[in-house]
Amino acid sequence: MTGLRRVGGALVAPLVAVVAAMLITSGVVALSGSSALEFWQIILEPPASRVYVNIVNQASMIFLSALAAAVGFRMNLFNIGVEGQYRLASYVAAVVVGAAIVPGPLNILLGLVVAMATGAVWAGIAGVLRVTRGVSEVISTIMLNAIALTLVGYFLSTYGIRAGNSRRTEIIPESSRVPGFFPFEERDGAIWGLVVLALVMGIAFTFVLNRTRFGFDLRATGMSETAAVASGVKVGRMIVISMMISGAIAGLLWMPSFFGAAYSYGTAFQAGLGFTGIAVALLGRNRPLGIMFGAVLFAFLNEQSNRLTLQSDISQNVVQITQGVIVLAVVVAYEVVRRRQAAAEQRAVTRRLEAEKPTAGQEVSA
Amino acid sequence: MSAMAAETAATDAIRVRGVGKRFPGVIANHDVDIDIRTGTVHALIGENGAGKSTLMKILYGVQKPDEGTLTVNGREVSFASPMDAISEGIGMVFQHFMLADNLTVLENVVLGAEKLHGIGDKARDEINRISKTYGFGLDPDELVEDLGVGERQRVEILKVLYRGAKIIILDEPTAVLVPQEVDALFDNLRELKNEGHTILFISHKLDEVLDIADDITVMRRGTTVGAAKPEGTTKHQLAELMVGSELPSPETGESTVTEHTLLEVRDLTLHDEFGRALLSDIDLTIHKGEVLGIAGVEGNGQAELVETIMGMRKPSAGTVAVDGKDITNWDTRDRRGAGIGYIPEDRHRHGLLLDAPLWENRILGFQDRPPAVKGILIDRAAARADAERIVSQYDVRTPGIDTNARALSGGNQQKLIVGREMSGEPVLLIAAHPTRGVDVGAQAAIWEHIKKARRQGLAVLLISADLDELIGLSDRIEVILRGRLVGEFDPQSVTPQDLGSAMTGAHDEEAS
Amino acid sequence: MSITTSPTEQSAAPRTRSFTYLWLLITLGAIVSVSAVRLITGQGELDSPGSLRAAILATCPILMAAIGGLWSERAGVVNIGLEGQMILGTWGAAYFTYYYGPLIGVLGAALLGAVGGALHALATVTFGVDHIVSGVAVNIIGLGAAEFLAEAYFANLPGGGVKQLTGLDRPPDFTVPGLAAGADSLSDKGWFVISDVASFVAALTTSLNLLTILVFALVAFSGWILWRTAFGLRLRSCGENPQAAESLGVHVLRYKWVAVVVSGAMAGIGGGFLALVASSGFVTGQTGGRGYIGLAAMIFGNWRPGGILAGSLMFGYTDSLPLRSADTVHALLLLVAIGLIALALWRFVRAERRQSVVFAFLAVAFLAWFSLTDAVPREFTGMTPYIATLLVLAFAAQRLRMPAADGQIYRKGSAG
Repeated sequence: MTGLRRVGGALVAPLVAVVAAMLITSGVVALSGSSALEFWQIILEPPASRVYVNIVNQASMIFLSALAAAVGFRMNLFNIGVEGQYRLASYVAAVVVGAAIVPGPLNILLGLVVAMATGAVWAGIAGVLRVTRGVSEVISTIMLNAIALTLVGYFLSTYGIRAGNSRRTEIIPESSRVPGFFPFEERDGAIWGLVVLALVMGIAFTFVLNRTRFGFDLRATGMSETAAVASGVKVGRMIVISMMISGAIAGLLWMPSFFGAAYSYGTAFQAGLGFTGIAVALLGRNRPLGIMFGAVLFAFLNEQSNRLTLQSDISQNVVQITQGVIVLAVVVAYEVVRRRQAAAEQRAVTRRLEAEKPTAGQEVSA
Repeated sequence: MSAMAAETAATDAIRVRGVGKRFPGVIANHDVDIDIRTGTVHALIGENGAGKSTLMKILYGVQKPDEGTLTVNGREVSFASPMDAISEGIGMVFQHFMLADNLTVLENVVLGAEKLHGIGDKARDEINRISKTYGFGLDPDELVEDLGVGERQRVEILKVLYRGAKIIILDEPTAVLVPQEVDALFDNLRELKNEGHTILFISHKLDEVLDIADDITVMRRGTTVGAAKPEGTTKHQLAELMVGSELPSPETGESTVTEHTLLEVRDLTLHDEFGRALLSDIDLTIHKGEVLGIAGVEGNGQAELVETIMGMRKPSAGTVAVDGKDITNWDTRDRRGAGIGYIPEDRHRHGLLLDAPLWENRILGFQDRPPAVKGILIDRAAARADAERIVSQYDVRTPGIDTNARALSGGNQQKLIVGREMSGEPVLLIAAHPTRGVDVGAQAAIWEHIKKARRQGLAVLLISADLDELIGLSDRIEVILRGRLVGEFDPQSVTPQDLGSAMTGAHDEEAS
Repeated sequence: MSITTSPTEQSAAPRTRSFTYLWLLITLGAIVSVSAVRLITGQGELDSPGSLRAAILATCPILMAAIGGLWSERAGVVNIGLEGQMILGTWGAAYFTYYYGPLIGVLGAALLGAVGGALHALATVTFGVDHIVSGVAVNIIGLGAAEFLAEAYFANLPGGGVKQLTGLDRPPDFTVPGLAAGADSLSDKGWFVISDVASFVAALTTSLNLLTILVFALVAFSGWILWRTAFGLRLRSCGENPQAAESLGVHVLRYKWVAVVVSGAMAGIGGGFLALVASSGFVTGQTGGRGYIGLAAMIFGNWRPGGILAGSLMFGYTDSLPLRSADTVHALLLLVAIGLIALALWRFVRAERRQSVVFAFLAVAFLAWFSLTDAVPREFTGMTPYIATLLVLAFAAQRLRMPAADGQIYRKGSAG
């Protein structure tokens, strides 16, 4: 009974949020003098095969980004720094893989390890600062984002290879590329091979969090740091480890694209996924299944909005508003649902106990 | 005498008729009737959870009643917020002080009443005047964080007087005070009464009530169940009204103390980040089958002592040994593994994951051993089965083990914690305020569990603010004052007055 | 910064006075150091009137964002949505300036920023959503909305495009006749200390924009209203102990709402400054993370207007200097080294040996950097605000005093 209601509550909130976002977006489009109907017709048109491929590719990266944020969120850590972590990690990995120190497929593995390690170290700084100096990870990761951006810019402009107007890292050898797979015609593009990383990490996330001692400690710390300490969790160590795990996942974020299509760090690098990931993590309630839906939804909106420019005079930026409103609406809705459920559960407990034992005292649990 | 005089007054200061208040799942108040005569001290007594605090919030406009009427000085009123109550001349001193630490006394006092005398020199003069009149001795420009407990309470009373309140509600004002401070407070209250103020005094300490009150109203299970005059009423009669039956009495029975030392603390010293001593040279020994009680005014190092023994704080010096093993450098998890059970002072902060189901709470603190855990994995089935066992053995009233801990009442949450800690077969139990904020039934059950464990050879370190509980359960009582152990007492012969003196440091030399 | 000045003048007078002397001393020392470094390195641009003017222009947006943060956090609401509110402000300034002139344009910037603030208030104050979460969402919405609105409203305007709107009227500039020219020529002489002071005077008297004056006035006004009025006391009490405030009849949620909306408006004005004064028009994304720098400046300034001003000036200066004269940045290394030596000495006097050693070591490192290199990559100065904030947080966190209930979710009726 309560289980069913919980599932219901978990679904009601995102539904309400999506409806609210649709209404507000329609309003914004209408206010700007365009037709809301036209907007939704274009957005909801069945995607072309090529767009399907893009949605899967993009969703995998958004998923990884959201997973990275979710690891932090589950223990009340706000890793706002996914953006900086994956940028730095992508750059370092691109340099290392581009140098082709080891042959072929081994180079891919090396690249992934380097990316994870770089992300982990960069996020670990925030973890260490939090544990040893009490610095809020929100602030330090924001600062580290900016520092990573500047650092990568500096390295690229100093050591990068000139390519047209911009600079990039060494292009990786053919043998270190990960082949994709073509669900449709060749011209519709490939689903990158490393999209599978998203799946692997999602399953690992679920297992570790729900079935292992480490996961229990992590969740316990997130629910109540004080209770976790009293239970013997070394919160300091947990914070550093969780931040590093979060950073390591963030490090993997751009790898599907890097090994599947970009082959070097340069103009092909896709920035901004870190913040999208935070939004999707919130949307998906920090659960892998929810995050998956969120990632697909966001990728869908992004890809479909490309048509707006071609087929109408509506700016495709409007979907950013849609996405932002979805996030805000969903957290509000979750909060309202959570309070309702807590109250309902308390009522249920009291009712049950009164029925059981009519003389039971009525006690306010503070 | 004064009671007779007040009886002739035309109207009561406050008259409550048929007031009721429901929260989701709880009836906090129903059919409450009280008459408070102008210029008297009126005591409202009742057990924890009897609905006193809710009633207070209704009288002060924090909560709105669902039914019934309030009459103040003969006029029926309806409060939408504390502002309305204040404008009717009602002031409230909360049990947990409502002060902003980082603001000065002046800022705390004038907040919300800036219209009276501004926020500058005129306000400062007024505060100095009131402080002088009642002998409060407060400096308006001192930061509240630098004040002691008694001073903070006086700031709270000053706040109320500054607003010109004639009716003052005090919610368990003595809970945080030592006996000597209580006397000083009562002198202040009598002074206020002589000046024509009406005082509503909430407590569950019967001696105090009989000492200070002109009238007494008793609450039980959310409603008023009787009224009394202190003259011709005994503690026993009041207690019966409060609990509906005999008071549960903590009686340990014969001694089970053995020679086998289980906890040995030597020269334990703890400093805070600024180098101030929180604990100084603590020496403690507890034997198998012994309950050692720690008495002290809250904030004298009890919490720090517990947290240091649990490994949640690192001592600056000294050693802790359990059953002969030096555990000074062990972390909390290893200490728990060595057989220390822990009933924390604040169960919401330290004992439970409120938003996790009961069976997950069963795992908390036992993440490193069966039945909850197998290797690095959580054993869900075993954890659930053992949670079921605790629920039935310790009479935890819940619809099931999938209910979130938050939904349970305080007493049932505490029973779950006791059951969980006992299931680790501890050799040493650290129980900090084990019956605080729980109903009478749960209190009796928890006492019974502690006694039973003691008979089976458990060593217990008991921290409590309830002196009756300490005296009743302990084999030995140590008094802690400003981070030092200042005296040892035999509960068979000690009186609350002796303890009170030691706890305040009035009889330092005698005690040691 | 560790000294908590009492808001009550009478008793606080002695404390405030020694406090003022201390600052006077620091200011004097700073001027002498800057002057010395200028003469040693021969980098006149270090504090030329032009450099200082550029620094002030770069400071104002950061300062407004930081003051916005102050309003919000003093009422207990963490606002990392400053960036989004600022972005909304840039668009508001451009739109309203285009149609109604720059003065209404500033109001438009404030209005759009306030809308962003209202969104944050709705989520955090009314619905009790986590402040960080809401702030992230506000940033996403602010960025998207500004880009969308720009494309929808500016694309077909003269001087406009899908991402920009240039050719906007600027709020008027003021030059103090006589004084400005005199100070300017005096600063050109390159005299020790005198020219540096003259340069400062020249920067403040030559083509000073109305909006710049407004920004500094708003800082003073914010300090006054938050610490010297009943309204401010109530607002701050919501950030320190909202339960206590509510028990005294303060409408906590209402004050939080006002604070967050004002916060957004302030950040919006900061955005407006970017579009109208600091650059020649509106471009999408022109805030470039200044909302976050504002947040950093607020923390650096210990949630107090004076500290915020100092932090913003420092960040503004390091932001603007490399654009003006890349070589001068190298001279900054020496200045930083001198500052570190001063800090080390101060710590030594205060008998904090360990910190003293750390500062001394850093000073030597900067000296070595200064003497062993000829130039500093431009990117490195861009990192200054972030690294400075991280260092302050890491090494002076115990001196920081954030509002006690900052970031906590407050629900009405939780008093008692």
